[in-house]
Amino acid sequence: MIWVWGSLAFWLAAWALNTRLSKHKQTWVRFFVPTLFGITLLVLWEGMVRGFQINPVLLPPPSAIGKTFVGEISVLWGDLVQTFFKGALSGYVIGCSAAVLTAIAVDRSPFLQRGLLPVGNFVAALPIVGMAPIFVMWFGFGWQSKAAIVVVMVFFPMLVNTVQGLQSSEAMQRDLMHTYGASYPQRLFKLRLPAAMPFIFNGLKISTTLAMIGAIVAEFFGSPIQGMGFRISTEVGKLALDMVWSEIAVAAIVGSAFYGLVALAEKIITFWHPSQRG
Amino acid sequence: MKSLFSILTVLATILAIWYIACIPMNMHEAATQADRAGQQVTPESSAERRKMGRLSLTVKNPDLWGSVYAQERPQLPAPHQVGVELWNTTVGMVAKGRALSKRSLILHAWITLSATLVGFVFGTILGIVLAVSIVHSRAMDMSVMPWVIASQTVPIIAIAPMIVVVLAALQVDDLIAKGVISMYLSFFPVVVGMVKGLRSPRRMDLDQMKTWNASRSETFWKLRLPSSAPYLFASLKVGVAASLIGAVVAELSLSQNGGLGARLLAGSYYGQTVQIWSALLAAAALAALLVWAIGAVQNVTLKRMGFSK
Repeated sequence: MIWVWGSLAFWLAAWALNTRLSKHKQTWVRFFVPTLFGITLLVLWEGMVRGFQINPVLLPPPSAIGKTFVGEISVLWGDLVQTFFKGALSGYVIGCSAAVLTAIAVDRSPFLQRGLLPVGNFVAALPIVGMAPIFVMWFGFGWQSKAAIVVVMVFFPMLVNTVQGLQSSEAMQRDLMHTYGASYPQRLFKLRLPAAMPFIFNGLKISTTLAMIGAIVAEFFGSPIQGMGFRISTEVGKLALDMVWSEIAVAAIVGSAFYGLVALAEKIITFWHPSQRG
Repeated sequence: MKSLFSILTVLATILAIWYIACIPMNMHEAATQADRAGQQVTPESSAERRKMGRLSLTVKNPDLWGSVYAQERPQLPAPHQVGVELWNTTVGMVAKGRALSKRSLILHAWITLSATLVGFVFGTILGIVLAVSIVHSRAMDMSVMPWVIASQTVPIIAIAPMIVVVLAALQVDDLIAKGVISMYLSFFPVVVGMVKGLRSPRRMDLDQMKTWNASRSETFWKLRLPSSAPYLFASLKVGVAASLIGAVVAELSLSQNGGLGARLLAGSYYGQTVQIWSALLAAAALAALLVWAIGAVQNVTLKRMGFSK
């Protein structure tokens, strides 16, 4: 029981420290606070698993996962390259750029706006992950089928967000551009695209996680003997949950870094939006 | 009226592309079948055909184009094949008085819908609570927000079987187990949207509240919460769709109880592409219905709150 009480005490102490620290605004505090919170979660996890003697087949302690993580780092890296860089990232880039271009076309044509947008909204809500077996059947086991599912998954959220963003400039601002006699490209690049940026970044941020999930899930339906989804499904079969959690940790780290990069770009580009001026 | 016409045109275009795409997609199978039936096929050996691309095989066999629409297990089923399957498993089953039999999509859709709603309600509550505490406590904002984001990068389908095992060991109902997975997917858009919404009042409005000497809770109830409504509804639409996906994914590991996810899985086991597509379309219809319902509530609410469209 000492493990349980010890970890609970650590939790309370860390929370008190975080509450105090969060009043300061130094840079190191901004990194230290979430790190301490994460460490608290790990300590709680370790304490509960040891204190209640939970079977490692059900939930391995973080220490065992960490050991596997360090020991199998080369395997994890190979899986990461296969799934993230080849599958998720290429699909993300293709899907998002295609969606933005389509959105501009949709915005230009009232006909497409009335026709394509309801259809796009419909498809955005589709459980597209369900198409993974179909895409693996069509595009083969390699990274191409993963990129394809990612393209389809990110396309519609991105399209819907961008179109909404392009319409977000106010009537007054559009009228003003009109009185300036601005041409369409001028209106697009000087008013509508900048005004759409918060929405575009919303779509980009949602898409980062969709891309990871799509690429990994698609690997469950067939993949070369590499990749995070492949590893997870085979190691679950062997009940090697420490390896599964190591892959999950990699997915979380890389996914957060990816999201962080997009959020950083958002901060730089949409510095004028009220939500960025907290 | 005009928009209906546009939607129908877009849909008709999609259907036309779909029908045309069926020809090359199913050509290899069509050629094999025709060859077995003793028909003339170019090229004649099946090994050569296997090496050929879909398009060149299609170009060489124009007289086989019609036969691609009547296959048992096509690579890409034609829309009418999916339509017939959908009709038979819904209206057809009702007509036979077996609306809730195991073969009826209505039963499976209901199973999925109930898990979706449970997860959606859990997820929305969790998301709003998290967002409110993030906006009001700097400690929460700094420590929890990065981990909320990190939590979404964990592939849910990977831990879905584990969640199911753990919850089953704790003797939790399957509906709740699926709901937990749905919740995991649906709370995130609500958190992100609500944090953005609760922070959306302008500096000037917040300063105004300050000059009126409003307390934190007054500022919250009278300014922050009302101005977050558009963001909330946008998030709810994403959230309900996400929780449907969660329910479908969860059913991949709880497939003994049925549901649209279980239909998908069974279809892919037995190569029943028509069944996969009809389950997908049923899930899509369900999602559309849910999103539409929230949209209807959104329109009424936002109009009454005075947000001009």
